[in-house]
Amino acid sequence: MIQTQQPKPSKIDWLTLVLYYAFVIAGLLCIYASVYKDTHPMIYDTSMNYGKQVIWIAIASFLGMLILLVDEKFFYAFSYPIYVLTILLLIAVLLLGTTVKGSSSWIEIGGFRMQPAEFAKFGTSLALARYLGGFNIKFSDRKVQYISGAMILLPMVIILLQNETGSALVFASFIFMLYREGLPGYFLFLGFMMALFGVLALVIPSLYLIIAIAVFAGLLTLMIRRNRQNLLIVAGVAILACGYVSSIGYAFENILQPHQKSRINVLLGKEVDLKGAGYNVQQSKIAIGSGGLVGKGFLEGTQNKFRFVPEQSTDFIFCTIGEEYGFVGSVLFVMLYILLLWRILVMAERQRQKFNRIYGYCVASILFFHFAINIGMTLGLLPVIGIPLPFFSYGGSSLLSFTILLFIFIRLDANRQNELRGAFE
Amino acid sequence: MDSLGKRNVLIAIFVALAIIYIIRLVFLQLVDDSYLRSAQQNVLQEQTIYPARGLIYDRKGELLVYNDAIYDLNVIPEQVKGLDTAMFCKVLGITKDDFIAKFEKMKRSVGYAPYRPGLFEKQLNIPTYAAFQEHLFDFPGFYVNVRTDRKYKFADAAHVMGYIGEVTDRDIEKSAEYYRMGDFIGISGVEKSYEEVLRGQKGVSYVLVDSKNRTQGRYKEGQFDTPAVAGQNIELSIDHQLQALGEELLKNKIGSVVAIEPSTGEILALVASPTYDPNLFVGRERGNNYMKLLRDPSKPLFNRPLAAPYPPGSIFKILMSLTGQQEGVLNPSTSYACHRGYLFVGCHPHSSPLQLRGAIAVSCNAYFCQVYRSVVNNPRYPRVENAYTSFHDHMESFGLGKKLGVDLFGEGGGLLPTSKYYDKIYGRYRWQALTTISLGIGQGELGITPLQMANATAAVANRGYWITPHIVKTIDGKKNPNPEYNNKHWTTIDTSYFPIVIEGMHDVVMAGTARIAQIPGIEICGKTGTAQNPHGKDHSVFFAFAPKDNPKIAIAVIVENAGFGATWAAPIASLMMEQYLTGKHDTRPALLDRMLKGNLTHKNDTNATTQTIKN
Repeated sequence: MIQTQQPKPSKIDWLTLVLYYAFVIAGLLCIYASVYKDTHPMIYDTSMNYGKQVIWIAIASFLGMLILLVDEKFFYAFSYPIYVLTILLLIAVLLLGTTVKGSSSWIEIGGFRMQPAEFAKFGTSLALARYLGGFNIKFSDRKVQYISGAMILLPMVIILLQNETGSALVFASFIFMLYREGLPGYFLFLGFMMALFGVLALVIPSLYLIIAIAVFAGLLTLMIRRNRQNLLIVAGVAILACGYVSSIGYAFENILQPHQKSRINVLLGKEVDLKGAGYNVQQSKIAIGSGGLVGKGFLEGTQNKFRFVPEQSTDFIFCTIGEEYGFVGSVLFVMLYILLLWRILVMAERQRQKFNRIYGYCVASILFFHFAINIGMTLGLLPVIGIPLPFFSYGGSSLLSFTILLFIFIRLDANRQNELRGAFE
Repeated sequence: MDSLGKRNVLIAIFVALAIIYIIRLVFLQLVDDSYLRSAQQNVLQEQTIYPARGLIYDRKGELLVYNDAIYDLNVIPEQVKGLDTAMFCKVLGITKDDFIAKFEKMKRSVGYAPYRPGLFEKQLNIPTYAAFQEHLFDFPGFYVNVRTDRKYKFADAAHVMGYIGEVTDRDIEKSAEYYRMGDFIGISGVEKSYEEVLRGQKGVSYVLVDSKNRTQGRYKEGQFDTPAVAGQNIELSIDHQLQALGEELLKNKIGSVVAIEPSTGEILALVASPTYDPNLFVGRERGNNYMKLLRDPSKPLFNRPLAAPYPPGSIFKILMSLTGQQEGVLNPSTSYACHRGYLFVGCHPHSSPLQLRGAIAVSCNAYFCQVYRSVVNNPRYPRVENAYTSFHDHMESFGLGKKLGVDLFGEGGGLLPTSKYYDKIYGRYRWQALTTISLGIGQGELGITPLQMANATAAVANRGYWITPHIVKTIDGKKNPNPEYNNKHWTTIDTSYFPIVIEGMHDVVMAGTARIAQIPGIEICGKTGTAQNPHGKDHSVFFAFAPKDNPKIAIAVIVENAGFGATWAAPIASLMMEQYLTGKHDTRPALLDRMLKGNLTHKNDTNATTQTIKN
């Protein structure tokens, strides 16, 4: 029983589409502002970033339309091949890629550079949705956990080998989706605690932390029922925590690369390097902070215009928002972004097919992770991890991959009234 | 937890993060305004626009002083981030210690602020400047400011024009911080006395710079900028050709020449010897050159014509002739006999007795001692001290014993003792004319500067008045605005007493002691002097004016330790008057040659012998 039903326009989620275009157009204006020069005033000048971005937006729109026209079963049917294809691309890049700014994650096609790591995100999302959405698949099964874990770790490791730490970290965001699909809640808590202790271990000598953990564990044993099992759990957790804390320092010194170390040190205030790693963050904060309540106005942001903020049209695009549109613009942006994420989660929950829902959660997780890391970095709250702000940052690969990621979900959602996927399998 | 609950947990996490970020934005954008300041400091650079300093011309429109570009390295300390000190020092050619020292010096200077541009290294030479421009991107916070320094077209008139140098902390304080460290200010001469005219008004320009410190345009279309106002040009009263000749003639001699236009008080030449090349005070070596000149035992920095007090000698005889007539104790036919002197004052052989005109012509010491005695012991006054005060006031009315108020710094007042002065030495009522008799011939407790001598000569030439000598003729084409320089200072002598004295001075040149000073076709009135010098050989003195009727130039020449006035001072004065009045000075080549070649700086010079008598 094959259905060849085309989506009716009314079923497309217009709010998501409007938000998407709002972001893309706002992003284009920010890119324009950040590289604006009186000598190149035309926004479609293709020798400038914003001119190229116009082309990318056109391509992305075309691609998005294509996705909306494709039968939604295509994505289900081709999810594994797409996953395999992206993995193969990642391996190919690792072997043949062009090195840009220390990471060998680029391939050049014609005059444009592509970053397959971007495409691995929706490839992996599709594959995870297909696998976890399958019949009789329960996340509580160990086997399921291992397989889905492996599906996430495979692209992650390859991307790490490409020296693209930021993109690799994005794959950790699937934890949100996994949580929805049955990962116990304490994993989220655990992840949070690991992050917290990881940061503390870098700031505070690990000996103090170990003492603190021991004291806390001791106090805990006084408060809970002291049976054998509880004591063992507390002791085990405490020992693991101590081990983790003491390994952080080692990992920091021996595994991280110098530029990563200095980025972290700068963030923690251990290192003042206003020329190097700290310069970006400092200038980023200055640009945002100087925006004030309502900002300096379109094209009036001096910090961006005069190149004080590095990577301003890509990773630090939020600086332009902060400087030119001020607190009002920044808050509006944050709220609209959260609105989009909320909308995606609402859409995901209304799906009748597990595949669609899981994919929707993947989209939200990835977008949220990018948002959190990117904005946190520009605000000086997180170390400088070079990942773009979806829909805003300049760059073809990132715009195309996020468009594909989102539009596949819009396409799936448009067809949400269909019967359960299993019916025709 | 049901599935919607899980979704809500995720939404809660999203919202929580959004709230954290918004709080952060509140702090960055609303609470903490340091970021706004930093942003302005990032892009706004306050640039001082230095106006061109006014040019200086001589009275004939000859350019004497102009400006030349120099390159100062400035720094905004706050913007210096991650400087590669080693490379920086290499480019500038300094050591690391210099680097630290310069920064320390800057921090101690008045008006220092980390956000304010300060001077780091002054006057880069051209190759360093070029090298530095190439590396400018590597040195955030540093930039080169183009300024102008002075260039002196001729190596003369140094004491007139003076020089400029860097401001001191005191200058900065006094100027209410108009000046900044490293700014130039006039330190002597016209550069100092007309500093505010010459310097103009500094301007400020706010420019936007990008992250590489490259100028990106003006801030707000320049609405906060203040344009610089160029300094005004000055025309000196100096005649450069005359000045140059004077310096040439005084080469290898120690002395002064001051020439004044009697009708206006304009100084035509102000020659000091030894002097120095004003260009020594230009450029990086300024400081070192200054120290060298300061330590030079011949004192080239000493402004002799303005400040050096000499025994006035014969100028006093002229003034005494006028005073005597005014006081009614002398008339043209008064005659005194000369017995080779008067008391302990000697005299040289000449016919005797003489009347006033003849006494001036031969410069009879005895005659003027008699005049002095009759002035001070004048029975018209109840006491000697009253008569002396009257005498003193006459002298003072010629500008003696006080500063004249020339528009140059470093003027001396000379010395003209009051009656109180003698009271102190001898006790009240315990002195009279004979006690102070040497005053009659201009010796004793007297000091007169060459400027005062020239001014008194001008007063004689004017038949009774003088105008305060000044060095600046016009400012930006307008007559020197100082009203003082239009005032006639009348002496206390009636005009009617002058002709006989002037005739005597004419005789001096025509038939008296200064025949060597004659210039065909020009009637010169002069008087030689041989000022007794207690420290060594006598000074050769000559003062004169010409032409006799309608005088155009009054001149005083003093050549130290040179003996008779007629030997050195009179020929020099004559050559200079000829130059000024006819535009030529080479009609008497032998005389010119002797003057130019004369070298009186050697101690055992035999050219002139020590004289104890006065002519």
